[in-house]
Amino acid sequence: MKIIVSVKQVPSRDSALKVNSAGKWLDDSDLSFEMNEPDAYALEEALQLKEKLGGEVVVLSAGPERVTQTIREALAKGADRAIHVEVEEDGALDALATAQILAKALEGESPDLILTGLQSDDLGYGQTGVVLAELLGFAHATIVMEVEPLGATVRVKRELEDGWFQNVVLSLPAVLTIQSGIKKLRYATLMGIKKAKTKEVKKIPAAATKSAAQIDKVYLPQRNKQSQILTGDPKDVAKQLVEKLKFEARVI
Amino acid sequence: MSVLVVLEQNAGKWNRMSFEALAAGKTIADALSVPLHAAVLGSSAEALAKEAAAYPLAKVFAVQHELLAHYTPDGYTAALEQLIKSAKTEAVVFPHTYQVRDYAPKLATRFGQAFVSDVVDIKSEGGKISFIRQLFQGKLNASVEVAGEPQFVSVQAGAFRTADSAATASATVETFSPQLDAAKIRSKPEDPFREAQRSVDLSAAELIVSVGRGIKEKDNLHVVEELAQALGAELAASRPICDNGWLPMERQVGSSGQTVSPKVYFAIGISGAIQHLVGMKGSKMVVAINKDENAPIFETADYGIVGDLFEVVPALVEAIKKAKA
Repeated sequence: MKIIVSVKQVPSRDSALKVNSAGKWLDDSDLSFEMNEPDAYALEEALQLKEKLGGEVVVLSAGPERVTQTIREALAKGADRAIHVEVEEDGALDALATAQILAKALEGESPDLILTGLQSDDLGYGQTGVVLAELLGFAHATIVMEVEPLGATVRVKRELEDGWFQNVVLSLPAVLTIQSGIKKLRYATLMGIKKAKTKEVKKIPAAATKSAAQIDKVYLPQRNKQSQILTGDPKDVAKQLVEKLKFEARVI
Repeated sequence: MSVLVVLEQNAGKWNRMSFEALAAGKTIADALSVPLHAAVLGSSAEALAKEAAAYPLAKVFAVQHELLAHYTPDGYTAALEQLIKSAKTEAVVFPHTYQVRDYAPKLATRFGQAFVSDVVDIKSEGGKISFIRQLFQGKLNASVEVAGEPQFVSVQAGAFRTADSAATASATVETFSPQLDAAKIRSKPEDPFREAQRSVDLSAAELIVSVGRGIKEKDNLHVVEELAQALGAELAASRPICDNGWLPMERQVGSSGQTVSPKVYFAIGISGAIQHLVGMKGSKMVVAINKDENAPIFETADYGIVGDLFEVVPALVEAIKKAKA
């Protein structure tokens, strides 16, 4: 089975986010980056499918030079090779433009499955996988918890709302967007890290594309309702809070 | 020209978010000075379309076909593509449900359009519309403009007040029969199911101590367990904690977990992504402890403490014990 895993590099979860001077994206000078968490689970699912069924796992990522680090991490965990689509300003692209770039980069690959995370932690559109499927003419399923290949089809468990689930059988090739947390993530081994250095990373320029959705302004949300912030040292704030719990909420 | 709102039903029951989307649709229709239409899809959708006709809109389409009896992305996309083309729609508005996330990006792509998902506000100035959406799980907002038509947009749960319906229906109901081909529907859905019955019912809890990523490690859980114990509260968590197996799934609060409404909800080390907020916004009092002063949880909280939970929570446990003694 040939599986493509599409991963995005995003600012680390704990980053202090600063809006850039143009007010249209982040100031990335002090940012650190990491693999988008849902994509890490997509990679894990792909690696486990390969271990069960054999085949190949190819990592696909679009972004500037720094993306190399995320690609190396995926290779160190066990992906066989990678495609790096060189895009300077990945932050400004909408999901359609991103998927167009990825679709173009996959010409000639003909995979059985494409896995990606259900959404990115930065833009959070939650669309790239679905749009990619449409552009490639593949079937798709979103918010996938389990993947069971059945030859020419694949059966997946999808998460619905309010604790409901549904199994769906799809024809292959297909794109699946993977929910976070469905498997335990592996760490790269020392051997894996060493091997990664010898694995193929194909760099290709991004296809020309234009985002229809343009970010006009990025800003800190205005709070509709401001919480009353209790200040002081831990002992002080604890005391103030106990007063509220006792006399306002009356739960103590 | 018109604005079309796609209402969502499941086995003949409305998804209530549909009527929030209707309110958002009205904002756009008013800004563009065009009529507001709605659509409901199913194998028989007329009864629901008649119900929807009581809302302030001009026309409701009952989009009917036997292949729409069960949701599939291929079936829904094909049906709506045909409706949008025949109705000459300027903007299409959806509730941001799991189902919409599954097919709306595909539908927009058919029109070569970007889909602005999960919008929390809509602004219009001189006929130009911008959509406000959250970035980084609510830490930042972005204002987005889309070139071209039709525009595709979905609205976040709770962002718009549900549109009011009138006592009598005034909108026209029109049946729309799309051409669908069974051979082009590539997914076969099975019946939805729930996992084993929950043994913990958080919905009845009066006090809930809920923990998020800020706790860092499973071995640190005792910090919040002690608080729950001192208060006599139930312990709950945001999704990542349950995903990691640090607490059982049945203690998860949020869109994929339980919905709670305690007297006091303690959000500890929880940033407040919308998926979590929808599960706990019915709480009477919310107390948030988080080291990031920009964490979105502070919008929902009545009382906030910006600080290190590993210092604040033990101090709180001490203070509660003292008050109870």
